[in-house]
Amino acid sequence: MKVLVCVKQTFDTEAKIELKDGKINDAGINLIINPYDEVAVEGAIQLKEKGIAKEVVIVSAGADKAMDAIRTALAMGADRGILVKQDTAADEYARAVVLAEAIKAENPDLILAGHVASDDGSSQVPTRIAEILGLPHVNVMTSVEIAGGKATCTSEADGGTAVTEVAIPAVISSQVSWNEPRYPSMKGIMQAKKKPVATVDAAAVDNKVKIVEFGLPAGKTAGIKIEDDPDVAAVKLADWMKNTVKVEVK
Amino acid sequence: MAGTWVFVDQRDGNIRKVTFEMLSEAKKFGGEVAAVVFGKGVEGLAGEFAKYGADKVYVADDDIFAAYNTGAYVAQIVAMINEYKPNAVLFGHTMNGRDMASRLAQKLDTGLATDAIAAEISDGKGIFTRAIYAGKALAKVEVSGSPVLATIRAGVWEVVEAAGAGEVVKATVAATAADVYQVAKEFIPTVSARPELTEAAVVVSGGRGCKGPEGIKVVEQLADLLGAALGGSRASIDSGWLGHELQVGQTGKVVCPGLYVACGISGAIQHLAGMSSSKFIAAINTDTEAPIFGVADFGVVGDLFKVVPLLCDELKK
Repeated sequence: MKVLVCVKQTFDTEAKIELKDGKINDAGINLIINPYDEVAVEGAIQLKEKGIAKEVVIVSAGADKAMDAIRTALAMGADRGILVKQDTAADEYARAVVLAEAIKAENPDLILAGHVASDDGSSQVPTRIAEILGLPHVNVMTSVEIAGGKATCTSEADGGTAVTEVAIPAVISSQVSWNEPRYPSMKGIMQAKKKPVATVDAAAVDNKVKIVEFGLPAGKTAGIKIEDDPDVAAVKLADWMKNTVKVEVK
Repeated sequence: MAGTWVFVDQRDGNIRKVTFEMLSEAKKFGGEVAAVVFGKGVEGLAGEFAKYGADKVYVADDDIFAAYNTGAYVAQIVAMINEYKPNAVLFGHTMNGRDMASRLAQKLDTGLATDAIAAEISDGKGIFTRAIYAGKALAKVEVSGSPVLATIRAGVWEVVEAAGAGEVVKATVAATAADVYQVAKEFIPTVSARPELTEAAVVVSGGRGCKGPEGIKVVEQLADLLGAALGGSRASIDSGWLGHELQVGQTGKVVCPGLYVACGISGAIQHLAGMSSSKFIAAINTDTEAPIFGVADFGVVGDLFKVVPLLCDELKK
């Protein structure tokens, strides 16, 4: 079975966001694999270790530096990579179109991706890819069993947990609680340098969503801060909750 | 052009609050406001939507819609969009809403603004504000198309009662078994007396300062007293004190309740991203320099093991 994993290179989740000339400033920002995609990479490698997957292929659409994200995934244990060179300003539609194109050429049995990217927070691309390829999709998966041409997925649902079965090939989007991604070993990092990564230019696809402007949220400012005996502080805090916030006490 | 459709997010007749929030706000966009509900035996819900201003309630009632499944729901709404031509369709940014809206947008070859926190919609065009980097920045985006599509974050709009005609329009069932590609094997509801994180009016969270499950118990007592949802910072999830579904922050949930109470949470940037748009924030932490105090409307420098039980006693008075 061939497993393909879509990864997006994103800002470190600890990064502070600033604007420069009306755009998000990426200077000096540490770039990582989107944490949700990293879990998908780990899950794919575990499928290979269990003998379910034969090959794990990483695909990323992005700038030249997205190669680092691909190399990291290869160092974790994936077999080879494909970098689809695309302007990072591509929207969810444009990214899904070019990724689907690359995926189609690979004809994988299973496509994994994080259910959301920690930068744009859109949670659209894997679903769009499934629709373009005419494949089933399961969202926000927390564990999966693959057997007999089917994927049985446990997913986070609104108000509970859902167990859903789909035929493969299918697209499955992972939640971060699926597994704990490994750190690449030194040996893995050395090996990753020799693993093949194909680079292709993305076809020109127009965005559907236009950015009007970027902004920063109105910073919340500090209010009252009490440094006093716990009983005095508790009385004041209870008073604030009752009279300012107007909480209902059960 | 027909007005704005609000897709009803419900399971077994339990309607998620974001549905009413969207109906209330949709009146501001002009034109007709309609609720669109799919399910089995859901026609009786129509009155619920009229209460919040729905002029029309489109109902697709069939066994095939008994539980959410992407294929059938998308096929059905595509047929209805083609027939009735709404100007905009709004979904809650819930697990189901985002799934359905994304698949729909791709089927219609159009754009979609997900997790929007503000909207201005006119004929064939929507301007949406989205929180990006989990709320560390904002992007104002323009989505054109017919219809304009977006998913809306729960809790950002007020629920306002306003009587609407609530005229029921029964939609022709267009989805067939061939559209269904997911087999629902089981649904295990979360057994909790507490409200869900993203829907709650009050959220009480525990972090590293809880030191263990015992500290979480202290925080739970406050949560239950306030009828609040329980949440946690990454530290308490990574330590295994709470399940991942309760994580607030950049790799967890983004919440905007009326009151957020952070107990033993220092306020790492990735946590602040998930909760700093709350209306009121209270924080209890031993470290006076903790960044959480920078966003707290009311901060108490102190040990949660002492302050929280005393606070509970005071609140009960």
